Amino acid sequence: MNFLEIKGITKHFGSQTVLKDINATIEKGEFLCILGPSGCGKTTLLRIIAGLETADCGQIIIEGRDCTFLPPSKRNFGIVFQSYALFPNMTVLENILFGLKQKKDMSASERKKKAIEMLNLVDLSEHSAKYPRQLSGGQQQRTAIARAIALSPSFLLLDEPLSALDAKVRAKLRSEIRMLQRKLGITTIMVTHDQEEALTMADRIVVMNNAVVEQIASPYAIYNKPASHFVADFIGAMNFYSEGEVLRGIRPEKIKIVDREPYDIKALVRELEFKGAYTRIHSTIPGKNTEMFIDLPSDKVESMELHRETMLFLQIPDEHAIRY
Amino acid sequence: MLLGIKRRFARFNIVQFCILLLVLVIFTVAFIFPLGALFSKAFIGEAGAFGLANYRSYFNNPTLSISVWNTIHISLITTVFSTVFGFFYAYAIMRTDIPGKAFFKYIALLPIFIPTVVHALGLVYIFGKQGFITRLGFDISLYGKNGIIISEIIYTFPSAFLLFLVALEFVDGRLYETCNAMGVKPIKQILHVTLPEMKYTIVNTIFVCFTLAFTDFGAPKVLGGNYNVLATDIYKQVAGQFNMSMGAVVGTLLLIPAIISFITGRFISNKNSSSLNAKTIPLAIKKNFLRDTLFLMFCSLIAMCFISLILSLFIGALTSYYPYDLSLTLKHFAFNDSAGGIGSFLNSVWMSIFTAAFGTVFVFLYAYMTEKTQGLCILTKYGKLLSVLPLAVPGMVVGISFIFFFNSQNNPLHFIYGTVAILVLSNILHYFSVPYLTAAGALKKLDYEFEMVAEAMKIPRWKTFLRVSVPLSAHAIVEIAMYFFVNSMVTVSALVFLYNANFKVASIAITHMEEAGNISQAAAMSLLILFINVAVRILYEFVIGIKKKQAIKGGL
Ligand SMILES: Nc1ncnc2c1ncn2[C@@H]1O[C@H](COP(=O)(O)OP(=O)(O)O)[C@@H](O)[C@H]1O
Ligand SMILES: [Mg+2]
Repeated sequence: MNFLEIKGITKHFGSQTVLKDINATIEKGEFLCILGPSGCGKTTLLRIIAGLETADCGQIIIEGRDCTFLPPSKRNFGIVFQSYALFPNMTVLENILFGLKQKKDMSASERKKKAIEMLNLVDLSEHSAKYPRQLSGGQQQRTAIARAIALSPSFLLLDEPLSALDAKVRAKLRSEIRMLQRKLGITTIMVTHDQEEALTMADRIVVMNNAVVEQIASPYAIYNKPASHFVADFIGAMNFYSEGEVLRGIRPEKIKIVDREPYDIKALVRELEFKGAYTRIHSTIPGKNTEMFIDLPSDKVESMELHRETMLFLQIPDEHAIRY
Repeated sequence: MLLGIKRRFARFNIVQFCILLLVLVIFTVAFIFPLGALFSKAFIGEAGAFGLANYRSYFNNPTLSISVWNTIHISLITTVFSTVFGFFYAYAIMRTDIPGKAFFKYIALLPIFIPTVVHALGLVYIFGKQGFITRLGFDISLYGKNGIIISEIIYTFPSAFLLFLVALEFVDGRLYETCNAMGVKPIKQILHVTLPEMKYTIVNTIFVCFTLAFTDFGAPKVLGGNYNVLATDIYKQVAGQFNMSMGAVVGTLLLIPAIISFITGRFISNKNSSSLNAKTIPLAIKKNFLRDTLFLMFCSLIAMCFISLILSLFIGALTSYYPYDLSLTLKHFAFNDSAGGIGSFLNSVWMSIFTAAFGTVFVFLYAYMTEKTQGLCILTKYGKLLSVLPLAVPGMVVGISFIFFFNSQNNPLHFIYGTVAILVLSNILHYFSVPYLTAAGALKKLDYEFEMVAEAMKIPRWKTFLRVSVPLSAHAIVEIAMYFFVNSMVTVSALVFLYNANFKVASIAITHMEEAGNISQAAAMSLLILFINVAVRILYEFVIGIKKKQAIKGGL
């Protein structure tokens, strides 16, 4: 049985349709990412799952129970917002205790023990007496997570939890959050607009655009078998070119450069963009005005002695090409 | 259908709904209903017919209608002086390098801490028949137009100054750096950069000063003599001649400038809001000897006026029999029983404490409910609309409307008439809008996700309110309490209609002492009001200072 089911959710704000017939399921213990450009309705969907917002149509089913009209406090989830929403007038420890105080079946010392255990879990025990403002962004983020899981919720909702951090910290926290999630085995739904984040963290990804779901699949399938033009374009880089009547797509790193026949397309080098480990070759198909990116290891590009206006012969492996 | 209703009310919180409804009902009953009573009194003639009969008889009576022109006359002159002085005084503090800025700033606020009758009283000591200046041979014929105008300038100056001070803070320094780089002369910079940037503030200040002067009761009460203005007329009609219809007519006339300013204010603020931009850069002030000297002289002159005003109260209150016997004494602090004795001062303090306590709770709840309630759009919109209305209703009108409404025998709320409760209620509503805007502003700054996180953590709403919203708005709350306290210590206008002979308040006792010729006692009472208000202000600065220190050390 699915842990959580989203059934035909539709939501309007005034005349604007923010969500249109959204369907998805989440299994127990799964890490699901909702990925999409900003403004596509991800946060609204998350808030509907949380019960902080009511849908116009559709149902939310948690563990087989219809929770559509249940208030948030009865749904038993933990939530982390992009802003973290840590209470600035409370210390790290107090922030976590604030929720625990609602647990009438725990004694004061048990609560404290639980809170400290949570802080150990996110490696913040020596900062417990500090106020949020005195913490770095990453530490604030981890405090928010500790607070969200302190009440032992049955699932976790994360709304762009990493987007306010700088790139280094973000990469580190990605794996930390994932490790914590595995350790606790907690079902998690994370909203993000960062495709790399979704690809590296998720078990499955729900790709959204303009209020609708474009594709639901594993990161591997999303990358290699994008179901729509939007998904192909939004996730990773994709070259589009027309072959007769059909539009075809190929990822830059899948293109092969060959010396002679048989080749599929000829392309003219325009520019070389050094990106460290690999180099991106910008090229155009003569007479067609179509741009093609080709990613090759930088060493290889070096040895090929490419220049502007060099003519390339490109092979496009059929198994990697997509067609619409 | 049923499902639709269920969806609509899924986020509905019954407790919150009840509290929202309660504050709105209180506000409507205590503010809108009395205004309704006022208008019905004004528009229903003697014969009981609805129409303009009362207005016709008002304007056909030249002794009454002359007041309209008198009031406009003094308000216009006051506005010109206050706006100009306020602008340059604020300019001196924000844009020049004069010494003693903090001193000048606080001196300019002094008039706020005393009733307008006391401004007038101070002027009596300086320019009156026995005044210092008069005795030197300069008689400005204080009683009448001149006195009222000077007194109103003193009254409105702090408001003009503060409005300009805030506006000058927000003008982008880069504009002036560009001007300096292009060699534009300072005068031209003021004319072509500063003034256009502050169009909105200037219009706003003009309206504020005009409205304050137009509706003030204290100064014309003391200094008016035979020069009648609307605020004294309304009092005479109602308290002297029991002519309620004429009182109501004058009451509606008093509303006019505030309503005009209210409408234009909404109109321009909508157009103007985009020009406020968070990325403005403060201006670096360079020294300029000539400019700084001129502004220092100007500020010193203004400050000296205010100081001599206060000083004259000290001299009046602390000398045996000014100007004949200048020996020091405290005997004027033993107030005559006829004016309520020291009791009237204590009454004032109690009333102000009640106003501050209940007013702060009411305003904060009101702001919280209208800002943070999800879903009940119509109610919260109605609440926000109401919240700014008191800005357009002067104290005299609050007072007279309260009489019409609460003094009616068949009103079940009649029992609060003549008690301290009605004084507190009128103060809270009269001074509602500024605290509301402060509270709503503070609450808007609080992340709305605080509530959501708390809700997810199963924390009841009231607990989030008490443990998060209230402590994080502490600054605003203290400010609101101070505002209510200081204003109810000094207000006369609404109370003059509502006080009971058994519960006289200090500001009104001062007018009575002055009327009875006991001006030394009036000065002594004024000093007490000044002391307590300054003390409250110092306490406020102190509390805010502690909060700031905590904030630097810890979280906020
Ligand atoms: N409370 C609201 N009222 C009106 N419009 C809203 C509200 N919340 C979100 N929207 C609109 O709904 C759309 C989707 O918002 P959101 O779910 O926050 O997108 P995302 O999280 O994907 O960036 C946006 O166009 C946004 O402006
Ligand atoms: Mg979002």
